[in-house]
Amino acid sequence: MKHSAFFWFVLPSAVAMLLFIFFPIVSVVIQSLHTAHEQVIIEVENCGPFGCTKATAIDQEATAALREDQPLGRFAGLEIYKDRNHLATAEIGPLWEQSTGIGDFIGKLMNLPFYKAMGFTLTFTFVVTPLTIIFGFIIAVAVNSAARAIRGPLIFFSLLPMMVTPLIGSLILFWMVDARGILGTALRWLADDPSLSVKADTGLMWIMLMVYGVWHSAPFAFIVYYAGLQTVNTDTLEAARIDGASRWQQIRHVVIPHLLPLTTFIALMQLMDNFRVFEPIVSFNASAHATSLSWAIYNDLGGETQQLSSAAATSVLTITGVAILLSPVLVRTYRDYGKAT
Amino acid sequence: MNLKKILMTGSFLVAASATAGMAADCGITEGRLSIIGNEFPAIQTVARNAQACEGLTEAKANLTADHQKINLAGMQGDPAEYTTAIVANSSIVALMNEDVIRPLDDLVAAFGQDIPKNQLITINGQVMAVAFMANAQHLVYRKDILEQIGMEPPKTYEDMLAAAEKIRAEGILEYPLGGAYMAGWNLAQEFVNMYIGHGGEFYEPGSAQVSINNEAGVATLEMLKSLSAYMNPDYLTHDSNATSAEWEAGNVAMMNMWGSRTGVLMDAEGSTPEVYENTTVGGPMTVAGGDRPASTLWWDGWTVAKNISDADAEATFKAMKHGISPAILNDETMGQAVWMIEGYKPAPVNEGVFSAISMQTTPYPMLPHHGLLHTALGDNIADFLQGKESAEQALADIEAAYMTAAREKGFVN
Repeated sequence: MKHSAFFWFVLPSAVAMLLFIFFPIVSVVIQSLHTAHEQVIIEVENCGPFGCTKATAIDQEATAALREDQPLGRFAGLEIYKDRNHLATAEIGPLWEQSTGIGDFIGKLMNLPFYKAMGFTLTFTFVVTPLTIIFGFIIAVAVNSAARAIRGPLIFFSLLPMMVTPLIGSLILFWMVDARGILGTALRWLADDPSLSVKADTGLMWIMLMVYGVWHSAPFAFIVYYAGLQTVNTDTLEAARIDGASRWQQIRHVVIPHLLPLTTFIALMQLMDNFRVFEPIVSFNASAHATSLSWAIYNDLGGETQQLSSAAATSVLTITGVAILLSPVLVRTYRDYGKAT
Repeated sequence: MNLKKILMTGSFLVAASATAGMAADCGITEGRLSIIGNEFPAIQTVARNAQACEGLTEAKANLTADHQKINLAGMQGDPAEYTTAIVANSSIVALMNEDVIRPLDDLVAAFGQDIPKNQLITINGQVMAVAFMANAQHLVYRKDILEQIGMEPPKTYEDMLAAAEKIRAEGILEYPLGGAYMAGWNLAQEFVNMYIGHGGEFYEPGSAQVSINNEAGVATLEMLKSLSAYMNPDYLTHDSNATSAEWEAGNVAMMNMWGSRTGVLMDAEGSTPEVYENTTVGGPMTVAGGDRPASTLWWDGWTVAKNISDADAEATFKAMKHGISPAILNDETMGQAVWMIEGYKPAPVNEGVFSAISMQTTPYPMLPHHGLLHTALGDNIADFLQGKESAEQALADIEAAYMTAAREKGFVN
């Protein structure tokens, strides 16, 4: 391709990426390096139906002048990243010294909001991603070997969990596992424990969130694998059969190697998606038991007083986390690409 | 017909159907009305009546429990999407902090001379909001169950625990207590109530320096934990709506609930006669021998956005004034709240809020940095209630989380 043709070819997407991906990220990074102005507080008297009280308020005129001077706020450098609500660099040292062992240290670390969120986010990511891939593959192989006549409806029903809006899907599960819901009652009967409640137990809540995660994203892995299965070379399969390969051996030595590139693709997408786990935590009202990085951002912005800089810092840390998670896969893809040319 | 016309007709149809049959003359010739506010019956009544004004070029309302998450963003634009926010004494602070609502003195002078003085919320001498109802959390109990165990309605939280123990011991209900203890805003609100009841002060005098890691703080957490032992084990996921549902299902005998939500519990909808006929309200409870009730007083009122044209502000003011005029009171709306409107006759359902006022309950603190403490409380109490850490550790966590946030927002150095 000529250079000029290439240039015009990629220009629209390059501009779109600059506008909608690059600039917003730059703005978030800048925001995370600044804190609000020092508040100019004045003593005021507030009067209303319950009488008058002395209180404080922000002096808006003085604040307006400060804003005029420094529209971005005060430059704070990496202060916000290092504070207790994020990486807590100053708190970790003393925690380590106070701890009796590595288990105790981790327990204490999980009391800091960022590491608590990170603990759940990483567990969720590394449990849900492989399970999604395995279940997606099993469903794809099963549907592919079903009679042609029922494949259409099967595919439709297998895709349903992905079609349901995440918030709604998790709300449905939330009511089903309620102590008086169908699954909650069934669990009590199975465990023979009348006081068992999924929503009251941190461990069970984590399991439920992960079950939801797999339920919601397995259809994605399924449909990708199902598409891949249609391209498996039938000659190779036939040759394997003639050589006396069992069904398992055919899958192990023909189908799986063929689908390996797709697995990389699914793993990449799922790692990214699961690292941003958010909706189920909100729908399950699970924040007492599990928090994630995305939930922390939402919580910073959802309070009566918005903490924009704190949310921005968590966003940048999330982007960094995604980059680290994806780097092995990306490096591998880059090497393969290098070999090919 | 082009697309725009079709859309316009559509929106007129929607607007017309919403206001059909009750159009009112509010003296408006032009201007926009766009309401953002919480969702409970009294606010729905105010919004519906304000929208019924004739002459508004646009009349819409977005009423949702998530109003605090969107009202600020919706008023920061120029022109602002929302011309009025219905707020309470806690949420007005966030709007004041960001300077998105306008002083109403000139509008009151021109069009609102008949609004009673005690409804005007003045901050630093300027009218910033017009209140229309009072609210508070107070005791709600099942008359029949308390009669069955032969106990009086509790006046203190200690009495409440004793009654709960008796109800459980007699096998009437396994989890006799209810409460909006969902981790986050609701749970933090229960801490605020209980801490005030214990006589605690949130800050060092005259500063934004938090100070709750003290005896009152520990006693507050211990009391919340004792109460939670008598609640449905899922209590950390129950907000006011879920708690009301538990009540209507007949699973709860006593709870501390918002006055604005008791009307729903006592009407014939969504429950059995056994439950709604026996649902009774009492005053707010005290704790640990204190005389300040462990509750907070609230007003709900409306504001007018700063970043809108004067014509829109005038129309919004007139419409909202109509929305809280004596004309809105009828048999249906009378019991929805403790209205501050002339002609309001208290119903039995409102007695809880009235006794909260007569017992001189503390109003919820209106301080520019208190929202940050409320968030920090909501994030850190659950660990203690679940037995994951000590009360002192939880309080230290709350203080540290608040101080970090307050430093970032420039309230402390």
